[in-house]
Amino acid sequence: MLALLRALWLILLHTFKKRVTVQYPEQKPYVPPRWRGRIILSRDPDGGERCVACYLCAVACPVDCIALQAAEDETGRRYPASFRINFSRCIFCGYCEEACPTYAIQLTTDYEMGEYRRANLVYEKEDLLISGQGKYPGYNFYRVAGVEIGGKAKGEAENERPPVDVRGLLP
Amino acid sequence: MSTLQYIILIPALIFVLMSVASGLIWVERRLLGIWQDRLGPNRVGPFGVLQVLADILKVFTKEDWVPPFADKPVFITAPAIIVVTVLITFAVVPFGPRAGLADLNIGLLFFLAMSSLGVYSVALAGWASDSKYSLLGGLRASAQMISYEVFMGLSLMGVVMLAGSFNLRTIVLAQRHMWNIVPQFLGFIIFMIAGIAETHRLPFDLPEAESELVAGFHSEYSGMKFGMFFLGEYFGITLISAMMTTLFLGGWMGPVLPPIVWFALKTFAFICFFILLRATLPRPRYDQLMSFGWKTMFPLSLVNLLVTGGIILAAR
Amino acid sequence: MTTSFYLAAAVALASTLMVITRARIIHALLYFIISLFSVSIMFFVVGAPFAAALEVIIYAGAIMVLFLFIIMILNLGAEAAAQERQWLTPGIWLGPSMLALILIADLAFLISRGGVYTNGLYAVTVRPKDVGIALYGPYLLGVELASLLLLAGLIGALHLARRNVPEEGEDGTGIN
Repeated sequence: MLALLRALWLILLHTFKKRVTVQYPEQKPYVPPRWRGRIILSRDPDGGERCVACYLCAVACPVDCIALQAAEDETGRRYPASFRINFSRCIFCGYCEEACPTYAIQLTTDYEMGEYRRANLVYEKEDLLISGQGKYPGYNFYRVAGVEIGGKAKGEAENERPPVDVRGLLP
Repeated sequence: MSTLQYIILIPALIFVLMSVASGLIWVERRLLGIWQDRLGPNRVGPFGVLQVLADILKVFTKEDWVPPFADKPVFITAPAIIVVTVLITFAVVPFGPRAGLADLNIGLLFFLAMSSLGVYSVALAGWASDSKYSLLGGLRASAQMISYEVFMGLSLMGVVMLAGSFNLRTIVLAQRHMWNIVPQFLGFIIFMIAGIAETHRLPFDLPEAESELVAGFHSEYSGMKFGMFFLGEYFGITLISAMMTTLFLGGWMGPVLPPIVWFALKTFAFICFFILLRATLPRPRYDQLMSFGWKTMFPLSLVNLLVTGGIILAAR
Repeated sequence: MTTSFYLAAAVALASTLMVITRARIIHALLYFIISLFSVSIMFFVVGAPFAAALEVIIYAGAIMVLFLFIIMILNLGAEAAAQERQWLTPGIWLGPSMLALILIADLAFLISRGGVYTNGLYAVTVRPKDVGIALYGPYLLGVELASLLLLAGLIGALHLARRNVPEEGEDGTGIN
C-alpha cells in the first residue's frame, strides 16, 4: 500500500522532469558522421565520375536494389551508363560502400527521404550523382592504381613504379 | 423547472459533457505524456488542443464495419447502452445549489442502478462480437463489474447514514460543516477503487487488456461504434469523479469562487488523479483483482458500514 | 402519471411476450430486461421509488447479468435456436396459454370489480426510510429467515465451487 502511494508520488514528480522528446522537424537530432543514410555517387577531385561500373555493389547488395549498366568511353575507361537504386528496397546496410573499390558509392547522413509515391523512391543516376567528393576528399582511384593510356601500360610512365603483382607470393 | 427549461437544459448538458469527454482525450494523452517525460500531442492547434477535433474527424470517417458473424442487433445496441446509462445518471448530479436536472429522492440509488446497467454494454458487446477475445473480455467485465458493484453500493451507505437521505442534494448539504472524506475516509477509498473497476479504467482494465485480449470486448468494433465505447469510458470517468466530488468532497461547496467552478475544479482534480493512476500502476492479474475485491474490499466496506452505524447510534 | 403507468404496463406485456417467443436466448434476455425496466417504472409511478431502484439494481443489474454470464459460457448456437423454434409450435403452447388465459380473465374480473387496489394510483410515496422501518420492525423475522437462506446458499455455492484438492498433486494446479 505504501509502495503504491510512493509510486504515485514519484510519478507525479515526473511533471517537473526534463522532457526527452526531440521536437523533430524543428529540432534535429544529432546524426553521427558514419550514419548510413541516403546513397550517393561521388566524383573525384578532377570532377570525373569515380564509379567504374564494376558491379561489385550490385553483387554485394543483399536486397538487390542496385541496378547499373556499364559502358566504356573512347579511352576505354568504364563508367555506368545508368545507375539505379530502388530505395524502397534498400536496407541501408552499407555493404555497397564496403564493396566499392573506388569510393564512388557512399552512404551519407541524410535520412529525410519520405515520399508520397512509391515510384519516387527509385533514384536514377542523375539523382544519385553529386558534384562533390563525399567522405574521401582528394582521393582519386587512378592516381593510386595507375591507368593505361595509348601505347603505355601501367607503370611504364615517368616516375611510376610497376604495379604490384597481386597474384605473386613475393613481398 | 418548466418543460421549456428542460428542453434547453438537457441538450446543453449533453453538449457540455460531450465537450468535456472529448477534451479528456487530449487531457489524458497530454498528462500521460508529461508523466512519462514526453510532451504528448502538441501539433494540432495551440498546445495540441485541436487534436480532439482531428481524433473525432478520424473516428467519424473510418469504416464502420459489422462483422458478418456478429449478432447484428445486439452488436449495434451494445455501444449505445454505455453512453445512455452514463448520460442519464448525470441528470441526478447536483452541479450547484440550484443547478442540476433532476432532484430525485433516490438519486444515489439511481446512480447505482444505472452504473449496474453499464455492465450490459460490455457483456453484450463481448457476446455479440462472436470472437474469443471479445467473449473473454465480456466475461471478465461482467464478473468484475458485478463484484465491484456490491461494495461500491456498500461503501456509499456510510455517506447515506450520515446524511440520512439518498438525495444527492441533501448529501451535499449535510457536508456543510465537514466534508465526508474526513469521517468516511475508508468509504472514500473503497468507492474510488470500485469506481475505477466499474469504469474499467486502468489499472483495472482487464476486460480490454491489450496485452492479453487484443482490445477485449471491443476488439471487433470500429468507426463510431468504437468511438461510443471510448466516449462512454470518458463519460464514466467524469461521472465517477463528479460522484466522488458530490459524495465525499462537499460537492459545489467552497469559498470565494462560484459553486459550479468549485464543482468543476474538484471533478477535474479527480480525473487527473485517475490518469495519474493509469500512468503509475500496472494491471493486476484477474484472480488478484477478484480476490482483492472479495477478500479485502468487501470486508472493509462491511466494517466501515458497521463502525459508521455504531458511531451514529452512539452519538445519538 | 396514469398514462405513463399504462404505457409502462403495455411495454411490460409486449416485451414479456417477446421473451417467450424469441428463438435466440440472448434476444429473449434483452426483452426480459426491458420488461423489468417497465415494471420498475410502474413501481416508480405508483409511489415506490425505492422498490423501483432495487428492481433495476438487483434484477436488471445483477441477476440478469448472471444469466447473461451463463449464456455466454454455454455457447448456444444455431441448434439451440432451432430447438427453441420447434418448441414454439401451437401444440406445445396451446395448453398452458389456455390455463393462463383463465387466470387473466379472473384477474380482469377482479380488477373490474375494483377489488385489487382501493386507494388508487400513487396514493402515498413509500420512502426508503419506511421500507427500512418496515423490514426491521414487523418483518424482522422474514429478513432473518431470508438472510439464513442466503447464507445457506452462499455456503452451498462455496462448497460446489471449491476445487478438489489433489491428494498426490504437489503442483498446486488442482487438476486430477
